[in-house]
Amino acid sequence: MTPALLIGGAVAATALLLAGAVLLPDWAMFLTTMALAKGLVSLGIVGMMRGGLVSFGQGLYYCIGAYVAAMISNGLGVSDIVLVTVLAVAVTGAVGAMFGPLLATYRGIFFAMLSLALSMVLYGTLAKIPAIGGTDGLNVASPTFLGWAPEGRALQTGLYLYVAAVVVIVGTVMRLHFDSERGLITLAVRENELRVEYLGASTRNAMAWNYVFAAMLGGFGGATAALALGHVDPEFAFWTTSGEFVFVAILAGWLSVPAVFVSSIILELVRSFSNLYFPNTWQIFLGGFLLAVIFLLPDGLGSLARNTLRRLRRGTKA
Amino acid sequence: MELAAVILVDGLIYAGWLFIVSVGLTLVFGVLNILNIAHGSLYAIGAYAGASLVGVYFAWGGDAFPYGSYLALILAAVLVAVVVGPILERGLLRHFYGRDEVLNVLVTYAVFLMLEDVMKLVWGVNPYFVYEPYTLLGDVELGPLFYVGYDFAVIGMAIVVGLAVWLSINRTRMGKVVLAVIHDPDMSRAMGVNVPRIYMGAFVAGVFLAALGGAMTAPMISVTPGLGVNVIIIAFAVVIIGGLGSIEGAAIGALMVGLARAASVHLVPEAELFIIYLVMAAVLLWRPEGLFAKAQARKI
Repeated sequence: MTPALLIGGAVAATALLLAGAVLLPDWAMFLTTMALAKGLVSLGIVGMMRGGLVSFGQGLYYCIGAYVAAMISNGLGVSDIVLVTVLAVAVTGAVGAMFGPLLATYRGIFFAMLSLALSMVLYGTLAKIPAIGGTDGLNVASPTFLGWAPEGRALQTGLYLYVAAVVVIVGTVMRLHFDSERGLITLAVRENELRVEYLGASTRNAMAWNYVFAAMLGGFGGATAALALGHVDPEFAFWTTSGEFVFVAILAGWLSVPAVFVSSIILELVRSFSNLYFPNTWQIFLGGFLLAVIFLLPDGLGSLARNTLRRLRRGTKA
Repeated sequence: MELAAVILVDGLIYAGWLFIVSVGLTLVFGVLNILNIAHGSLYAIGAYAGASLVGVYFAWGGDAFPYGSYLALILAAVLVAVVVGPILERGLLRHFYGRDEVLNVLVTYAVFLMLEDVMKLVWGVNPYFVYEPYTLLGDVELGPLFYVGYDFAVIGMAIVVGLAVWLSINRTRMGKVVLAVIHDPDMSRAMGVNVPRIYMGAFVAGVFLAALGGAMTAPMISVTPGLGVNVIIIAFAVVIIGGLGSIEGAAIGALMVGLARAASVHLVPEAELFIIYLVMAAVLLWRPEGLFAKAQARKI
């Protein structure tokens, strides 16, 4: 991707998200905040998916991030959103660095199942510890922003803008990472891992880093979701939560960063509207939608943008 | 000493149940190379079908011969297999043979999501109870403890199922053909084997085993929505421990998980919910592809 396109994309995303802060009604702003926070978790999965690994246990980091946020805001009385999220990212990054090098040697379903097992261990542990709420979970106090303690719409807007800013920054950084040497090695691993090793690159190193990045993104997403919801519970680590992150990653595909957030918003929209109108059949839509994407757009929504660009270029040449 | 005996008996009962619910998963993976998340839904459908059929059986005067309710449970599993199996395999899964394993996990995840709601549409959201088959076999006295006879029937059923699957794969002509298809589908096709039919047969058998697990469980629990969600993950753990595609592995995996969970329930109850995953993680650390996984050549 050229620098001009990258900067242009970041500016366009910033403008769009800023416009959202003014235009979106309350319900849509909350929904978008949650979708962006969860989109960051899925972006981490996309980073691993580029190397052929799909984590079915990203709820582990989502949940750790959420509980760290809950515990430091309840236990230590720290409510500043920057401090809370930075701490959550630090903790999940450390946990990710612990498991990353180990999991980086697993591939395919073994990676998927092992990551899933880790998240289910956390789920089982949290559900059995009454001191942090057991299955009921914990309430989380509203965040403050560098000393500013808003309420109502202002709080919603503050959360939204904070997540939006992080999305633009992290999205840009991830794009740079995808196009960097390590990012391209990741892409090559998917094609043929052994060949990459023979060419002298360490696939394990690349995968471990992708895993740690994904862990940090998961922690940030979890902490923000906890602050926005005002509540955390062990379901954050349950495998169906992780399944939704994978759902978004598949829908988005591995080609495009913005597609991840678009997909996440689509999922949240589909979920809220179908929950409202078809409470007992919305998973049929979701499943059918997933199958349709797998059949019709195997590279995800991101491939739509790529194909359109290609068609445009061909058009100008002819 | 007594505690050890209790753990052993509890563990064996749980292991028997685990084996029945997970052997179909490993069979389907072994033949079709698809790790079927929808296995959990098929289990739940089996439970609903079993509960419904037993209900119908007693409503039609089954009280005269209550043992017939066991036949109703097995018939329910057969019905589920015959109806749902071909639809899923012919309608969807056959398009994904030979594709990436992880992609197949996602396809079956989509099926799982859809089946969860299909069940709510068919059976509603209220719980079903069929306790008759559970109490029918009376209690068994083991030393100072009483166990429900039905629990031992589950162990018996697990042994019968395990032997049946193992013998039909390893000691019959059809089993040899299945092994040939697993080994090399193209060569088998060249030798005149109807490969799609083998795939469908294996999948239907897998559905039957999942539904049988559900139907056998129905009398022990209240059948409610969301039943399959937990089962599928436990079944995954069992077959991954044993090595995907290995029947013997599933048996060993079921025993390990069953005993570990029983031990945890009696010794460290806090760990009950995750001991299964700890066992799985430990096994994968030691044998990255499970206990009985076949070595595979790496492609350069």
